[in-house]
Amino acid sequence: MNAQTPSSAASRLTGALLAPVRYLAGIIDLPLRGLQKVTGLTGMASFFLLPNMAIFTIFVLLPLIMNVIYSMTGGTAIFLDSRTFVGAEQYSRLLDCGSYLDSGTCAEDRFWIATSNTAWFVLLQVPLLLVVALVTALVLNRELKARSFWRAVFFFPVLLSPVVVGLIWRWILQRQGLLNLMLFETVGAQPHTWLTDRFWAFAAAIGVSIWAHVGFYALILLAGLQAIPKDIYEAAEMDGTRPSRVFWRITLPLLMPNLLVVLVLALIRAVQVFDEVYVLTGGGPGTSTMYLIQYIFETGFASQLRNPGLAAAASILMGLVLVVLTLVQLGISRTNERKGQR
Amino acid sequence: MATVSQFLFRRRGGASWHWTDIFTWVWLIGGLILMFGPAVWLALSSFKTPAALAEFPPTLLPYVTQQATVEGYDKPLSLYTVTMEDGSTRTLAEIRRIGLVAQMIDPAAPKDIIKVDISKREPVRTVEFATSNYIQPFLAFDFTRYLWNSVFVTTMATLITLLVNSMAAFALSKYKFRGQPLIMMIILATLMVPLGVIMVPLYSIVSALGLVNSLWGVILPTVATPTGVFLLRQYMLTIPDELIEAARMDKASEWQIYWRIVLPLAAPALAVLGIFSVVWRWNDFLWPLIVLSRKELYTLQVGLNIYSGELNVQWHYILAMTVVTMIPVVLVFIFLQRFITTGIAGTGLK
Repeated sequence: MNAQTPSSAASRLTGALLAPVRYLAGIIDLPLRGLQKVTGLTGMASFFLLPNMAIFTIFVLLPLIMNVIYSMTGGTAIFLDSRTFVGAEQYSRLLDCGSYLDSGTCAEDRFWIATSNTAWFVLLQVPLLLVVALVTALVLNRELKARSFWRAVFFFPVLLSPVVVGLIWRWILQRQGLLNLMLFETVGAQPHTWLTDRFWAFAAAIGVSIWAHVGFYALILLAGLQAIPKDIYEAAEMDGTRPSRVFWRITLPLLMPNLLVVLVLALIRAVQVFDEVYVLTGGGPGTSTMYLIQYIFETGFASQLRNPGLAAAASILMGLVLVVLTLVQLGISRTNERKGQR
Repeated sequence: MATVSQFLFRRRGGASWHWTDIFTWVWLIGGLILMFGPAVWLALSSFKTPAALAEFPPTLLPYVTQQATVEGYDKPLSLYTVTMEDGSTRTLAEIRRIGLVAQMIDPAAPKDIIKVDISKREPVRTVEFATSNYIQPFLAFDFTRYLWNSVFVTTMATLITLLVNSMAAFALSKYKFRGQPLIMMIILATLMVPLGVIMVPLYSIVSALGLVNSLWGVILPTVATPTGVFLLRQYMLTIPDELIEAARMDKASEWQIYWRIVLPLAAPALAVLGIFSVVWRWNDFLWPLIVLSRKELYTLQVGLNIYSGELNVQWHYILAMTVVTMIPVVLVFIFLQRFITTGIAGTGLK
């Protein structure tokens, strides 16, 4: 995080660009000095906090509270004053199922389809993602020439927008796409439309989301690996410990705190899977890749199915899962910090 | 040969190759292909004509079939290299194809029609970049608008984020006042509030403020990031309080202390947050999709999604515009990647 020394031309340019900003800041200073006379030194803290906290209250805190009220009202109106109070009706509708294992028996079957899709996605994507991220981190932690280059290679997709990720893979998985070309060239397979096949669309959703995010988790794990003291490995080498034993007995236990943090982060993200898959498959074929966020989005905003109260109730149920996961994460990082202090 | 391979594969300290070394290189090279390959393939495809895009098997480079205008024919005809019965090859233009037989003529002597078996001909193709894929969307579609909207949202949101977050971080790190722990707790607790959980009421608030179908409706809800406040506060805590005390002695106002002392010293953290903010706002998709329903207000991400969801997807334009959408992020990646990787490794934010 060290600042670079910019070349003189560049600094002169930024200086020229910043000049009006500096001027404005100078003008603002006069009334603010007056304000400071009224509020006193510490009083100015409120002034500095005000813009951020005002925006934060309006656009984050208020919606959080309003969501609970929304989930207890019915109708299709947007504004609360024209909505009718229905109590827990939305929740009972969401949870009204003959059997929780069969979404067809539920009053709100789309919610249960989305829930079970999300559950399967989380169960399959998170372990796979962690294994790939761990292997990548281990590989990057070896003595490599140009390590930062290789690290960047795996990190590249993390920066791409979900829309771009979705479109890149839609282009590869389509009928005349690269995957079909490679299968045709190697085994002579006939072109297949992968994304209209329920199984392959689901597999693609998992694969693409791993592709897009693995670099992020690998990076955190790599930082963890590099924090393991080298002398432990040297001692193990002196004792002639087998590499596999070094991994299971030294690397893995010492990396466990980082792995747990990454696990919970990956879980939190996987529960909210939406954008790249939405662009990739649109939730299809049918509803086979429709996840919770898409359900909430469509229930809240799509024209035919609009029911904001139901969407709010579903988002609160999802939020509860996320709260539990976040608390687990906070707990883990607490214990990590305490261990680190010792 | 043996010495060459010995030279190529020799290792430091004369150690022999272990299976993990081979695995490492397989993983790295595989990663290189898998991570960059798809984006490179997309970029190469974006220079192909619609006809070339519809071909199977597709080619790696953008090929265009050469055409020639022949006297007596209105449309330009495609050129083929034809192997004649006597084994010689000629370049002929195709008039029409009937079953397995193509009727062809020599562009130089357009009188006689030559019938050729279609297995005996190969199209004459050259590598040509279809730059019109890039020019057309800006002329015929609203992509200039979308690009401008995206640039506007990204710039404004980032500037406001930096300003309000740094002000709040300054207050939370350099003052002691009642309620400060409470505010810190709220900020920490909401670090993880995802859009998915609040989108319904947030939409009603934004529409009550009259910001639906306005770029400000996209910008404002995103700027008070708890992540940014937290990151900047942690950094500002390391700025020594003595500096601020000294400035107060010299009758500097609190605003001047914030603006002239703390902000410049927090530049590295501001840079990290600024880069993150640019990438976040440029890539935002779901919220703009909800707030913006008028076509002229779409950001690039929303516009791309809408156009790629049409019944007849004009892939040649979509691919080119995807590349345009990727450019800023690729630039950030090339030049500022190390700020981001240190940012993530240090704080775990994204």
